[in-house]
Parts: sequence; C-alpha cells; structure tokens
Amino acid sequence: MNVLVILIPVSLILGGIGLVAFLWTVRSDQYDDAQGNAARILLDDDER
Amino acid sequence: MTAACPACAAMPPVEDVVSDPALQFSLPTIHCAACIGKIERGLARMPGIGHVRVNLSLKRLSVEGHVDATRVQAALTDLGFEAYPLDMAALTNTRDDEGRKLLTRMAVAGFAMMNVMLLSVAVWSGAEDATRDLFHLISALITLPVVAYAGQPFYKNAWSALQVGRLNMDVPISLAIALAAGMSLFETLNSGEHAYFDAAVALTFFLLIGRYMDHQTRSAARSAAKELTALEVHTAEKVTDNGTETTPVSSLAVGDRVLVPSGARVPVDGTLTSGNGLMDRSFLTGESAAVPVAAGDLLQAGEINLAAPFTLEATAVGEDTTLRRIAALVETAENSRNSYTRMADKAAQFYAPAVHLLALFAFVMWMFIDGDLRHAINVAIAVLIITCPCALGLAVPAVSTAAISRLFSEGFLVKHASALERLAEVTHVVLDKTGTLTRPAAMVPEAMTAGERGVAKALAQASHHPLSRALLEQLTDTTAAPLSDIREVAGQGVEGMWGDTPVRLGRGHWLEAHFDGLGLRIGTDTAHQIEAPETLRDGVTDALAQIDLPCEVLTGDSEGPAQALAKHLSLPVTARARPEDKLARLDALAAQGERVLMIGDGLNDTAALASAHASIAPAVALEASRNAADVVILKEDFAALPLVLKVARATRDLSKQNFNIATIYNLFSIPLALAGFATPLAAALAMSISSITVLLNSQRMRRVK
Repeated sequence: MNVLVILIPVSLILGGIGLVAFLWTVRSDQYDDAQGNAARILLDDDER
Repeated sequence: MTAACPACAAMPPVEDVVSDPALQFSLPTIHCAACIGKIERGLARMPGIGHVRVNLSLKRLSVEGHVDATRVQAALTDLGFEAYPLDMAALTNTRDDEGRKLLTRMAVAGFAMMNVMLLSVAVWSGAEDATRDLFHLISALITLPVVAYAGQPFYKNAWSALQVGRLNMDVPISLAIALAAGMSLFETLNSGEHAYFDAAVALTFFLLIGRYMDHQTRSAARSAAKELTALEVHTAEKVTDNGTETTPVSSLAVGDRVLVPSGARVPVDGTLTSGNGLMDRSFLTGESAAVPVAAGDLLQAGEINLAAPFTLEATAVGEDTTLRRIAALVETAENSRNSYTRMADKAAQFYAPAVHLLALFAFVMWMFIDGDLRHAINVAIAVLIITCPCALGLAVPAVSTAAISRLFSEGFLVKHASALERLAEVTHVVLDKTGTLTRPAAMVPEAMTAGERGVAKALAQASHHPLSRALLEQLTDTTAAPLSDIREVAGQGVEGMWGDTPVRLGRGHWLEAHFDGLGLRIGTDTAHQIEAPETLRDGVTDALAQIDLPCEVLTGDSEGPAQALAKHLSLPVTARARPEDKLARLDALAAQGERVLMIGDGLNDTAALASAHASIAPAVALEASRNAADVVILKEDFAALPLVLKVARATRDLSKQNFNIATIYNLFSIPLALAGFATPLAAALAMSISSITVLLNSQRMRRVK
C-alpha cells in the first residue's frame, strides 16, 4: 500500500494543475465568445 | 492572448497606434464562420481601420481605428449584413464579474468532486480500517475548504431569507451541505464506516451549474436591456454662439436651442424656431403620412425630421418630455408584471418546507425505532441530500438558458426573465400596423428611362423621407445623375438642376400633375407617377399564417390603408385607434379571459405593450416601446416570429418534464433513504443521475422548429 503515498499526491497535483489552467482561461477572457471560437477554427486565415 | 505565430511577423506593423475608442455594432444576422470571415476581411480592406473583431456569441462587432461609424455601417450593408451602431457610453462595464466568480466556484467544486470521488470509489470497493480512515481524512481536507468557498452563494441567500423569517430553496441546500460535511467529519474522526464528503461536494457542484445557468439567463436579459439602450445614440447638437456642439441629451436645459439634422429624432420637446419642417409622427400616432409643421409649432421628443435641418427651442427636457411621461406610465404597468410568480419559485414555495419536514420526520422516526442519535442524524442527512432539489434547482434554468440562446441565434432578444413563461400562456395576438407589419415602398414605373431613374435616385438621396428611402431601395442598380442646387421643399419634395433642366421629385400637385401621390418631373415633360403602396415587412404573411392563435390589427392610421391591409391579410382591422383605444381593447380582451400578446413599435403602442400579458417590439421601435416589450426582434425579417411562441411553449413543457423527472427520482429514492438504506454511494448516484438527465433533457430545446 506504500504506493498510495506517491499516487495520492500525484492525483491531487494533476487535478490542481487542471484547476489552475481553467482559472487562467477564465481570467484571460476565453469564455467571452464560445460560439465564435467554435466557428473561427473553420476560417482559412492564410490571406490575412 | 494572441500567441506569437510565424505569420504574424510577416504582417505589416500597424502604424500610429489607435487612440480612438472602439466602435461597436450590433449584427443581428450573423450566424457562421463565413460571416465572421467575410466581415473581418471585408472591413480590414477599408482605409484607416485598425483592429476588427466579431463576437459571434453576442452578435457584435468591435472596430478600432480612425474611421467614421456611418462609413463602417455602409460597408457592412454592402457586405450584406444588417448593422446597427451601439452607443459606447451605454455599453460600459460589459464584463460579467459575478458570472466569472460563479464559474470559478464551479471549477473549484468540480475539481474537488473528482478527487473526492476517486478516494470514495476506493472506499466503496472495499478499503478498510486505516486505509479507509486515511482516505476519509484526505477527503475531509479537500472538501471542507472547498464547500466553505464554493457554497457561499447558497449560504448568503439562505441567511438573508432566514433573517426575514422565510424559507427558500437555499435553506435546505445550505443545511444539507453543512450537515453532510460536519457529520462526515465527525464520522471520520471516530473511524466511522460512512462519510458523505463526495455527496457534499457533488451537491455543491451540480447546484452551482444550475446557479450559473440561472445567472446566464438573467445576465442575458440584463445585457439585452443594455444593448437596447445602446442602440440609440443619446447626444444632441446644441446651438452655441460659435457653431454647434455635441452634448448628451441629459444635459440640455429649457431654453436651449437645438439643431435637429435631417433624418434625426427630436431629442426634447420644443418649439420650431426656423422655417418649415416635415415630421414623421408615426411613432407617436401611428399615422403613416408625414406631417408638415411651421415655425412656432410645438414638436415632441421622438418625432423624426424628414426635411432640411432646423433648430428648435427646448420647452421641456429630461423627465418632463411627453416621451418620458409615457415611459413613466409604462413603468407603473410593468410593476404588475414583475409580481408574476415564476414556475421555479412556485415549486420552491412548496418544496422547501416539504424537504425540511421529511428530514425531521426521518430523524424522529429513527429516534423512536432504535434511539441511536448518530444513526438517526445520518438518515436525516441522507434524506436531505437525496431530496435536495438538485434537479429542481436545474430544471428551469437549464431549459430557459437553452431557450434564450436558441431565440438569440434567430435574432430575438429576450429581455424579461419571466417573458418565456408568459409567452407560453398567450391566447390572442394583437398587432400594430405602421412600422410593425408594414413599411413604405415605391414602385418605379416601367416607362421611366435610365436617365430619369438616375435623376430620381439623385433627388431621393437628398431626402430622409421614408418614401425616398423606399425609392432608393428600388434603384440600387442605377447610377445617380449629376445634379446641382439640390434643395428640399418641406412638405412638397426635392428639386434640383440636371444640367440646365430643373427636375423635381415630390407631391403630384407641386409638380402640377393630375395625380396626388409621389411623382417625378423633368423640365416641362409630363410628370411620371411613382406608385407608393405600403408593403408588408418581409415574412409577415408566412409568420401570420403559422401563428395558430386568433390575430387582429389595431392601427392609428386612417381607414384607407387599414382596409387595404385587412383585405390583404384577411384579419380584423380597427382603424383610427388612439393609444387609449388600444389599451381599452386589450383590457376588454383581458376581461374576457384572453391572455394577449401585443406586437407593436410606436409610442402609441407603448401603453398597450406594457399592459399586455406579453409583448414583442422590433428593434427599430422607439426606445420607450422597446423598454416596454418583453422580446425585441433584432432582424428586419418577421418570418421567425412563430418560433418565439413555439420556443416559449417548449420551455414550459420541458420545464414541467424536468420537474416530473426529478419527482420520479425522489419517489424512488426517498423511501430508500427513509428506510435507512441510502449509503453514500446510493445518494451520490441518485443525485448525479437525476441532475444529468435534467440537463440532457433541456438540450432538446435545440430541436424545436
């Protein structure tokens, strides 16, 4: 069971990284135009 | 956010960094990637443009650079998109801080839920003794700070309800979260077998989803109201000793002289001081014909100047203008609407006491059966968690969020949170004519030569009269002839010189012709008559055919145009209806038990819009009318109108279905919980499955056609 000593912190840290990444996306306005972002990937931006 | 990319280096650097504030436009008709690309590329080619960005979710465009708003608007129209400039001052603080906080709390709760579940699964699958205690302890370390932080919106609401001696849904929610966390901590410290940490965080997480959606619905309504205010630019041209200066309408005082450019709305009540004018009063009276006025006449705020610019002296400003007084009347009528109890609130009134009583009953019952306080509290908590209105907290917000975004993508702004529920109950539809169903049109006679068309276009371009605008729509392919000395004669028409020939576009008798209506005369030739029938707005016929409710038209216009419309649409039409008559008709219908939907745009409709059970106004309507309406149509086209009713009904049906789903889950799980069989696993499953079912069911809104 000693493996738990490693596995539990690892799972918490990985989850924490996910949380911090999400908070960063919220702070940097990435949810302001969800539909637009979904559509923009279809745009061919070469000529700009 | 714009990551460095290889292509960016190749872009020419934007010279003299733009200092002007960004211009904002409402673009109700955009819907896809192609629209974004077309607009952003199309505008980028305009000289002086800095940064162009389309926001598809808000259907809004922001443009930076040294450019004129009217030029951008013209360019957008050329690209084939309807565009309306928005007033920047009214759009300030568009960032939704409360929504962000909720989203952050939701993320924290979600993170905690996943980690606690991970540990709980191990316990459920058989971890024992020291391992189980360790897992419970780690769960407690994660759960306690998380529920203390993420659950704050519920605690605050519950506390403010308790302070005034009332119960709301947040009271049982807060109680369940607090008791579950507290009791689990006690169990953990005493090496107990069951801990409900996972249930406490899962409850917080699912309820925060519901809270976030509810917030989205409300903030959509609020930003809709803001956008509507922003559609109107609140400035006026004040005449001073050295020319004119642009000032906010709110700072005008009685006695100020104000310049009203042609095509603009009169900002305040006042008397005309210079020359003659021609006013469009259809917003105030419903009359489609323009009204000539002379110096000394009283003008009311909201009228539109159709002829040459004039000045007026303000006699009433701010709250004293006729427009504001009517708006104030409307607010009184609105208050009765705000007292409408929404479905979710009705459910909460019944549900909150029931949940408490049931938990109390479970506690008392088990105290009698085995007298074990710890067991009795555990059962009571299980009952609270399971009956806790997880699905009920989601049932309505999930559906109305889906409905409002569905309607927004079709060009409808829903302004009132309870609007959809009221629209679903509508049994009778009353429509206004001028400006709502119809708009002026002009028919260019076949006999006109290309040269004559060019002259007509050049003359029409000089005027803001609705007929001139309508004529221009028919002459889009024609090149305007080079004219000189163009001059508008108020109440008559426009004249100018085409080389050496005098040309006139205007009323028949002014052209010395034998007809009354609009005509064009070149030199001494016989005048051409231009037929100007009122035409129906696009999609009106289709929309009316699809609405399955009795419809009728009330108009302030005279018999002639009213009867023509009645014949065309085969609907009952009442002509010469004054605002009081419209209101009286609505009251009469309401007295018969009908729930009336009013659709109108003018100030003469405003009282009716506010007192009707539900109301819809087009975006071009006067501000007061838009404020009184529940739903605003942003597009020119009316064809999607029946969709509003369909979506509203679907909202009601899906909300009821969701309530039923939640109730069925409770019917199964409450007896289990009461009997003491509800393990933490069962509680977590019951809660998650019912919440997810409700969320999925709400997505059926997308299929409503």
